[in-house]
Amino acid sequence: MKRLLLAAALLASTAVAATAADRMVTDEMTKAECAACHIAYPPRLLPAANWEAVMAGLQDHFGEVASLDDASVAHIRDYLVANAGKDDPTAVDAEGKPLLRISERRWFVGEHKGEVSEASLKKAGTWANCVACHKGAEKGQFDDD
Amino acid sequence: MKHARAIAMAIGLAAAAFTGAASAGPGQDAIIAAWADKAKAADPAFSGFDAAAGKAFFFAKHTGGGAETPSCTSCHTDNIKKSGQTRAGKAIDPMAVSVQADRYTDLAKVEKWIGRNCNSVLGRDCTAKEAGDVISWLASQ
Ligand code: HEC
Repeated sequence: MKRLLLAAALLASTAVAATAADRMVTDEMTKAECAACHIAYPPRLLPAANWEAVMAGLQDHFGEVASLDDASVAHIRDYLVANAGKDDPTAVDAEGKPLLRISERRWFVGEHKGEVSEASLKKAGTWANCVACHKGAEKGQFDDD
Repeated sequence: MKHARAIAMAIGLAAAAFTGAASAGPGQDAIIAAWADKAKAADPAFSGFDAAAGKAFFFAKHTGGGAETPSCTSCHTDNIKKSGQTRAGKAIDPMAVSVQADRYTDLAKVEKWIGRNCNSVLGRDCTAKEAGDVISWLASQ
């Protein structure tokens, strides 16, 4: 019994450690380009179809022009898609198009519900500003809340 | 002979003073020269950049671009010696070369951001003259 508990505890701890590592953005171009304006968000926070949609729409990236040369777009898209999260049929907007904002995903809304005061959100300015609360966000650490 | 040399030296000094006023260093000079080539190609009558016009352009409220980005100052703020901020809350290093020496030394970087930011702010590409004016001003600060 004790052994089983120990094994379970070990498994749980490695699962947590693996999560931060899994959330690390390891591709240099992706890190450099995305992080010019915001942290390079962990690829697994969006499904592949959603990353495809983000990367196909850089000429209107949440109201800004974030265009890149075709080769860089292809490289970054391939990295994001290869490391994307699980497919999720609920990660769509009212018209059925893939959601572009991680902050509109159900689990994101659920995780932050009741956790973030209006004052904190105001200080952060936007849900896009993960590091305002998660100091280790750039290293994939989001469990510090 | 002595006289001629003195005149030549005076001319050299005046030229150095002129480039010194126009930009911060050889890296920035090369970038501005590259934009001057573009401006000449676009308009044979091009006769040089105007840093004062560039300053006005930087501070102006433009139309045609994104609702949240009507001006260069929307992100770079109106004090270019201080850090700016992206809409996602990330700090942007100051734009003045006097506090951020590596500014405007990489042509591909300048072209990328002028391309993006002009379209975000004005909804169109900047002309080579507009871009050269604003880079000339920024590089002199
Ligand atoms: C939406 C925010 C935003 C707006 C609006 C904006 N910029 Fe920028 N700008 C950035 C970011 C982010 C960078 C890249 C980060 C950096 O260089 O520190 C940048 C970089 C630049 C660079 C490259 C600097 C270098 O070191 O080579 C230039 C030049 C520039 N901006 C000029 C402008 C001009 C001119 C305008 C107005 C037409 C403008 N920007 C409007 C966010 C913005």
